[in-house]
Amino acid sequence: MDRSSGLGLETELRLGLPGGGEVEKNEKKRAFSDISGGEEKAAAAAGAGNNKNQVVGWPPVCAYRRKNSFNGVKMYVKVSMDGAPFLRKIDLSSHKGYSDLLMALEQLFGCFGIAEALEDADKCEYVPIYEDKDTDWMLLGDVPWEMFIESCKRLRIMKRSDAKGAKDLLKALAAKEDYSSLLN
Amino acid sequence: MCLFQSVMNYFPEEVLEHVFDFLTSHRDRNAVSLVCKSWYSVERFSREKVFIGNCYAVDPERLIARFPRVRSLTLKGKPHFADFNLVPHDWGGYVYPWIEAMAKNGINLEELRLKRMVVSDESLELLAKSFPNFKSLVLVSCDGFSTDGLAAIASNCRFLRELDLQENEVDDRKGQWLSCFPDTCTSLVSLNFACLKGEASVAALERLVARCRNLRSLRLNHAVPLDTLQKILVQAPQLNDLGTGTFVHDPDSDAYCKLKNAIKKCKSIRSLSGFLDVNTRCLPAVYPICTNLTSLNLSYAPGIYSSELIKLICHCKKLERLWILDTIGDKGLDVVASTCKELQELRVFPSDLYGVGNAAVTEEGLVAVSAGCPKLNSLLYFCQQMTNAALITVAKNCPNFIRFRLCTLDPTIPDAVTNQPLDEGFGAIVQSCKGLKRLSVSGLLTDQVFLYIGMYAEQLEMLSIAFAGDSDKGMLYVLNGCKKLKKLEIRDSPFGNVALLADVGKYETMRSLWMSSCEVTFGACKTLAEKMPRLNVEIINEGEQIEASPDDRHRVEKMYLYRTLVGPRRDAPDFVWTL
Repeated sequence: MDRSSGLGLETELRLGLPGGGEVEKNEKKRAFSDISGGEEKAAAAAGAGNNKNQVVGWPPVCAYRRKNSFNGVKMYVKVSMDGAPFLRKIDLSSHKGYSDLLMALEQLFGCFGIAEALEDADKCEYVPIYEDKDTDWMLLGDVPWEMFIESCKRLRIMKRSDAKGAKDLLKALAAKEDYSSLLN
Repeated sequence: MCLFQSVMNYFPEEVLEHVFDFLTSHRDRNAVSLVCKSWYSVERFSREKVFIGNCYAVDPERLIARFPRVRSLTLKGKPHFADFNLVPHDWGGYVYPWIEAMAKNGINLEELRLKRMVVSDESLELLAKSFPNFKSLVLVSCDGFSTDGLAAIASNCRFLRELDLQENEVDDRKGQWLSCFPDTCTSLVSLNFACLKGEASVAALERLVARCRNLRSLRLNHAVPLDTLQKILVQAPQLNDLGTGTFVHDPDSDAYCKLKNAIKKCKSIRSLSGFLDVNTRCLPAVYPICTNLTSLNLSYAPGIYSSELIKLICHCKKLERLWILDTIGDKGLDVVASTCKELQELRVFPSDLYGVGNAAVTEEGLVAVSAGCPKLNSLLYFCQQMTNAALITVAKNCPNFIRFRLCTLDPTIPDAVTNQPLDEGFGAIVQSCKGLKRLSVSGLLTDQVFLYIGMYAEQLEMLSIAFAGDSDKGMLYVLNGCKKLKKLEIRDSPFGNVALLADVGKYETMRSLWMSSCEVTFGACKTLAEKMPRLNVEIINEGEQIEASPDDRHRVEKMYLYRTLVGPRRDAPDFVWTL
């Protein structure tokens, strides 16, 4: 079973437009083809693990309940920005969606225009990225908001001009080196 | 027999009507109307409550023609799987034509209950202005309206008793809809606005509660703070049903102390919900009312951790209904089992919706509850894993299940111990629970489970299937065996044309059939539609390719068929084809 292509985990940094609904459809089809009864396939399916929960409409919890499952649970994550001397913390659960979050980041860091990055990454000097639970760095905006806030561990506001140095950045992050040393 | 019949025919109509008054269930009244023409006639003129399970099965004109004296109407719109984003947003289910028709025909509407329908602000305005005796509006899982529509209801319905909004998507316009209840409005008995996102005028709310001395049920939204709750409870100690808004305060404060005292005086509260935002150190304030609670809904309170949940539940010895998150854990369910001996309904919802791996509940919690709560008859259980042995034990412990919905977080997970399909476990449930009316299955399942369902589930009315079965035989077992089946919904299962077309007449005995991501083709759906003119066979095509005439061999992504007296609906959007 070819897992790597099917899982849809994009580890390279993209500056293109967010992908819209495609992610969900592919995962739904993959889950179906995993199933046909029988032990070995069941074991393989179980092995694909967490991704079962990314099938559209599964677990079958009504949309209202999905949207309202986060009240009362605070989700503070660190936010850093290139060139800023210290980090900030922001509560993801207090925002309603990506544009709301990006507005708040603009207020915090003065990185004006970052909200435009959602529409057209080329318009903005800054690129919002986040580290997910698999420790991959992802571009903000691809997955549904609710899925994002569940998986986001920290945020980073990167200067677009530094994307060229992205490979080095990712290597450094993977090695858990101090990010600011790259800029000096 | 003949003598009896002729005696019954000499009863004046008023007597028949009086006798029929004792029949409250719509099924009984439907049955009575089939006995003979005179009973049909008496029944239809005296019918006040009408239930329409599928708004497209009939139309407003027919409703009004048959039941001119209708006062209470219940309508359901979108198919159940719309809850899980499987039905596109503008599929249909509009209430406006119903309200318009009833308004035009001088119907004396007093009560309207809608589920999964699209309700516009114009509908609400028309409703509010057309029916002077309107008393009760219940909207469940609806969308399409804003707080402006609610303002119209509040302003115009002079005798409003009930405004109950459950889990609706409401556009909050930050207007002052609560202030729109005039000072003369004192009739409210039930007010539930927990699903509204925006600020509510706290002052208007307090005044409203103070003047509505008959208020029994009040469910607040997130924006109502704890000190307002305290003031409200002082005004309304007679409440039976309370939904708190935010339950956050400094437990050492004066306000919190006042709240504790106010709550102690509310000796009539039997149902508690809310805690949408909670400081768990404030929870002890509700312990005094826990002793008398029969219904507790903490499923929107992820802020209450397992240990706090357990402390709370220990006080709830009379609980009959419990809705909770799986953060309670198997240990917490053990406590439920030993404390809540009167429990009839349990719903355990998942707190981890994206498979991040937070601990959930397992088969152990369910077995414990089944052993400790012999009156359990209704279950919705989202779990990490399940075993056949556990289900067999549950079936033995609780033969009284009416509703049994099990949902494994991994839709095709096998028995956690033996790695076998869960066929035997569900088989035991249907065999033991002779009164089972609703069943949802999940986990690794073959055709065998459907053989059992067809064989034993004689009272089954609704069945939900996902990622299950091996072949058409599975679906055939169900269609052939379950004589009382009304609603069948299937997704991502390998059932195809042979099963779909084997007994086309069956679908006229059912309300509806949903099949998505199965193996049925266009050709088969067309054949079915041709053979059965009194079914609407809808194909929902959201796709990329909107072909003028798709290949008959092409698989259908989503099909929804339902019996109807009024032919294809005229409000279907472009992406819905009625064959």
